[in-house]
Amino acid sequence: MISLTEVTKNYGSRASADSVQIGPMTVEIAAGGITALVGPNGAGKSTILTMIGRLLDVDSGRIEVAGHDVVNSPSKTIAKILSILRQENHFVTRLTVRQLVGFGRFPHSKGRLTAEDERHISEAIDFLDLAELENRYLDQLSGGQRQRAYVAMVLAQNTDYVLLDEPLNNLDMQHAVQMMQQLRRAADELGRTVVIVLHDINFAAHYSDQILAMKDGVVAEHGPPQEIMRDAVLSRVFNTEVTVIEGPHGPLAVYY
Amino acid sequence: MTTQLDRKRGQDPRRPTPRGETSGGARGWAPAEHAARAPGGRARRSGAITSRRHGLRYVAVMALLGALSLFFTLGILGYGNPMPFGSSGYRLIAQMRLETLLIIGVVAFCQAMATVAFQTATNNRIITPSIMGFESLYIAIQTGAVFFFGIAGVTMLTGLPQFLMQAAAMVLFATILYSWLLSGRFSNIHIMLLVGVVIGGGLGSLSTFMQRVLTPSEFDVLTARLFGNIGNGRAEYLPYAIPIALVAGGVLWWRARRLNVVALGRNTADNLGVNHKREVMVILLLVSVLMAMSTSLVGPMTFLGFLVATLAYQFADTYSHRMLFPMAMLIGYTVLAGAYFIMRNVFYAEGAVTLIIELLGGIVFLIVLMRKGRL
Repeated sequence: MISLTEVTKNYGSRASADSVQIGPMTVEIAAGGITALVGPNGAGKSTILTMIGRLLDVDSGRIEVAGHDVVNSPSKTIAKILSILRQENHFVTRLTVRQLVGFGRFPHSKGRLTAEDERHISEAIDFLDLAELENRYLDQLSGGQRQRAYVAMVLAQNTDYVLLDEPLNNLDMQHAVQMMQQLRRAADELGRTVVIVLHDINFAAHYSDQILAMKDGVVAEHGPPQEIMRDAVLSRVFNTEVTVIEGPHGPLAVYY
Repeated sequence: MTTQLDRKRGQDPRRPTPRGETSGGARGWAPAEHAARAPGGRARRSGAITSRRHGLRYVAVMALLGALSLFFTLGILGYGNPMPFGSSGYRLIAQMRLETLLIIGVVAFCQAMATVAFQTATNNRIITPSIMGFESLYIAIQTGAVFFFGIAGVTMLTGLPQFLMQAAAMVLFATILYSWLLSGRFSNIHIMLLVGVVIGGGLGSLSTFMQRVLTPSEFDVLTARLFGNIGNGRAEYLPYAIPIALVAGGVLWWRARRLNVVALGRNTADNLGVNHKREVMVILLLVSVLMAMSTSLVGPMTFLGFLVATLAYQFADTYSHRMLFPMAMLIGYTVLAGAYFIMRNVFYAEGAVTLIIELLGGIVFLIVLMRKGRL
């Protein structure tokens, strides 16, 4: 379980009028399944996600993941509990897919890959259908393939909690759907707890178990998709007229 | 259409799944058909060497560099020795030349390790510690001494305490710059690089200004100091420079696996449990020690580090610092020893090795870059 207690983050100097505050936010994200973070731009989704992943300092409050205080626990302990993938990933080093995924094993092997590590690497690669590409260099891949390789790296890290910041960015329809299906399988078959920032509310409704809607730095709604997928709720969260219709695979938000 | 929809509905991903068995942390992967061998029959292995060809190329390049450095070493030791072979005079001359070789070795070691580690820590492959104000500081110290104390100032800067003081000043300068820029509200490596380059440029202009008002003779003495000068390197500092450089380099080697992760950038390194900020501070401190040793021994070597590191990335083509460091060192030794040998025996101008390094090195660098098309 991920629990946030009165977590805040301030952008800009506190005194000035244009400073932005995220939080105070108190929320519990249950273990297991996929939780989608949605909300308008600037709502603080990525801020909260990167703070849970201890890539961003918390100004005040407390974040616990599986009982570990994320801020004060050693980073190498946390690295075995949660993995986080941010939006932009650019490496100066030239790496093959397999080398990149191999780095996911660093918290366990400290760079000395064992047979056990190799097994995890192969499995993560196979899980994301990258076996054919595993010896290609990242700069020889398309954007979608590269995105899959990054996800394979955090899966190889073999942590209970996987945090992903907009992994569908730059993916076309086919690859976005594939990515969500693979994440769904990671949650169902591998028992991972996936927390994911999504922009498309319909993807969130279809693939996630819980939706955490944020607005102006605080939690606006938190519940299963059926509760969030309502005209009034979505219109309020996104500041846009949204109509929810019954689609062939569940509710669909229409907002064009 | 209907069947397709049905099939999709049949595998509705939202269906509830039993999670009780997987909550204990001891999860297995799905019983998939992951083979230990790829379809081609090749064993699926990770590691710094991607293929047999890659490994062979690395060994071949290292062997070639080794042969070249051996050739230049023997050439510098034995070529053009006026005394008959085996006489005591011959040995005396060879021994003096051995000191030069030691200086070349230390400089190559320091510049290679410092530049590769610096570029890893700062996640860039263009800016080197030389450009970041290290050598400008050295130049400013030397110029300031001559400016304020005349030719006597040069002698004031010679001697063991002065060597250690100057090295300490450079390390202190670097540490203050890094800790100021990497902590607090900047916390941004690009700002640090920019500030470093600006400070370097400012110190450079200050030195140029002071040089303008020197007398010609003072300027002449100073110039001899400011060229990267191997033939006139200060061998008396070697007993201190070698152990200090070895310790700093040893620590970098020991942390090489963490360096591999630091090279992936802050977010990825932090995700993998490597404290990026602390790691970068340690690396930059060691880099400043190495640079201080090299610069105090022979003066500025502006282009050498960049050339050596870039060529090492091209030829080694790996993330592993345990492969990059030795290759960068060997390239550095070959380039320096080769340049010294040529300048000494062809142009009789052993002082100005940096000239040939920048000329030949620049051409080699451009050729490699044009052929590969990437940094």
